Amino acid sequence: MSATVVRKRSALTKGQLPKFAPYIVLAVALIVGAAILALIGFNAFGWGIVSAILFAVGLVSWSGAVEGARKAKDKLATCLVVGAFLVALLPLISVIFTVLVNGIPGLITPGFLGTSMNGVTGAYDNKAVEEGAPVLGGIYHALLGTIQITLLATVISVPVGLLTSIYLVEYGNDRPLARAITFFVDVMTGIPSIVAGLFAAAFFFAIVGPGTKTGAVAAVALSVLMIPVVVRSSEEMLKIVPNELREASYALGVRKWRTITKVVIPTAISGIASGVTLAIARVIGETAPILVTAGFATTINNNVFGGWMASLPTFIYTQILNPTSPSNPEPSDQRAWGAALVLIILVMLLNLGARLIARLFAPKTGR
Amino acid sequence: MSKRIDVKDLNVYYGNFLAVEDVNINIQAKSVTAFIGPSGCGKSTFLRTLNRMHEVLPGARVEGEVLLDGDNLYGPGVDPVTVRTQVGMVFQRPNPFPTMSIRDNVLAGVKLNNKKISKGAADALVEKSLVGANLWNEVKDRLDKPGSGLSGGQQQRLCIARAIAVEPQVILMDEPCSALDPISTLAVEDLINELKDQYTVVIVTHNMQQAARVSDKTAFFNIAGTGKPGKLIEFADTTSIFNNPAQKATEDYVSGRFG
Repeated sequence: MSATVVRKRSALTKGQLPKFAPYIVLAVALIVGAAILALIGFNAFGWGIVSAILFAVGLVSWSGAVEGARKAKDKLATCLVVGAFLVALLPLISVIFTVLVNGIPGLITPGFLGTSMNGVTGAYDNKAVEEGAPVLGGIYHALLGTIQITLLATVISVPVGLLTSIYLVEYGNDRPLARAITFFVDVMTGIPSIVAGLFAAAFFFAIVGPGTKTGAVAAVALSVLMIPVVVRSSEEMLKIVPNELREASYALGVRKWRTITKVVIPTAISGIASGVTLAIARVIGETAPILVTAGFATTINNNVFGGWMASLPTFIYTQILNPTSPSNPEPSDQRAWGAALVLIILVMLLNLGARLIARLFAPKTGR
Repeated sequence: MSKRIDVKDLNVYYGNFLAVEDVNINIQAKSVTAFIGPSGCGKSTFLRTLNRMHEVLPGARVEGEVLLDGDNLYGPGVDPVTVRTQVGMVFQRPNPFPTMSIRDNVLAGVKLNNKKISKGAADALVEKSLVGANLWNEVKDRLDKPGSGLSGGQQQRLCIARAIAVEPQVILMDEPCSALDPISTLAVEDLINELKDQYTVVIVTHNMQQAARVSDKTAFFNIAGTGKPGKLIEFADTTSIFNNPAQKATEDYVSGRFG
């Protein structure tokens, strides 16, 4: 009979830092960091930086002393990766925080989402500031304009973009035409948005008449920006559909266009749909092309094809640049921040929608 | 419901590269014909010319004649789609459509072509095809589940069911068992034996025991060297290919003294 040898500490785990080592180093780094900063004048940003450096140096050298060079390098790499992640996250959190803090007062004002700026003059804003009256006016007209313009832009861009990508993937075969399209789509991706706006404005001036500014012109401008994004994302999605599925379909005696519409696109639809949603999110915040194509309105306009139209980005722009009451700009600022918050919420909803669509349409694998 | 295939002086090209040279072969109706030979000798390439799948690849073309009961597949005006409804194909890797249920996979050939079919006829076709592919008992209770949820062997038999649902004259199989375990392989081989009562079956295989087990006739392809075209060396009854080959190269290959 042989007795099982039981050690108190396994020989296999010798020379390791305890699990809680990073927390100890972090606590020490925070305290020492605070002490150093106290000597030269405390500020939170500097505290974070100094503590992070102290933490990295402390953990890596401790690990190097106890665990050896390989583990120390591993710890160093982990510190760098986490640090880079935090640096990347910082502006995002900062933006969301700022917009939330400044935007919520505007958003919760009664009538903010349900009224337009029709008839709201500087006199009301002066009264709101001087006498504490409620801030009047809202973004209903701008929200409506943004939704209509973006919807029309989507209706234009998705068929054009999707059919282009189908040509490139299924029929292009690296022909000169396909290569030219790919090249120009790449060029289009880099077009500054104001140029797209000027193009659409000039195009409609030429064919409809000078001074044509409607929601439809803005939608055309946004399409110019959207189409390359849709082409690119759809192309990538169609490319990853396995060739075996196309061959399986051909071998059943199915024609090419039916194979594309019934096999290739359904297989790729989740990626295509989320690509389209992200393309919408990309153009919904465009300001410059809308300013030169749809102008700016303070009243509700339900007709995309006639009259100037407001949108959330141009609303923010004009409220900040030309406050309704030049002497008391606070109510205008509040409305602008509220509109910015609504815009961010819209983009977030679109992104969530894209994920939902991707999950909904994804090929099922359950048993 | 099966037709014979006669190939006359067929040369197969990828662009300017001659991949398979001067094939003459007569494949009997209602029989199993196996193609064997080393990798890269053009067995699969040749198989794909029998239902005009070869030309799906860019730059691929053929010269010569393939006669399906006397009709040239490569004659002027022949629609490759019509050819493929008569000559079905099963691929090396199981490839059920991931967006479709088991039932829809079987009906794919009908539904993708937008043919109208009543629900009763569709049910009957699904059952007949799945029974024909030896899969009915395993999946009859979950026809609405995705086809990609089946095991590899079941997926391959689903692909066979899908191929026979369009009622072709000929079924081509490109190494149908190379991704399967021995038990699934046995199921597919049993199936091939049953299929030859109704269809002309042509199978490419790397497994010589499999060729010996399932086929009536065997064709041996070989290649002289890299960059040279593949050739049909010998085509005869399976028993004579394995026991009494006429060519030295065939004897070397089937006895394992290759190279």
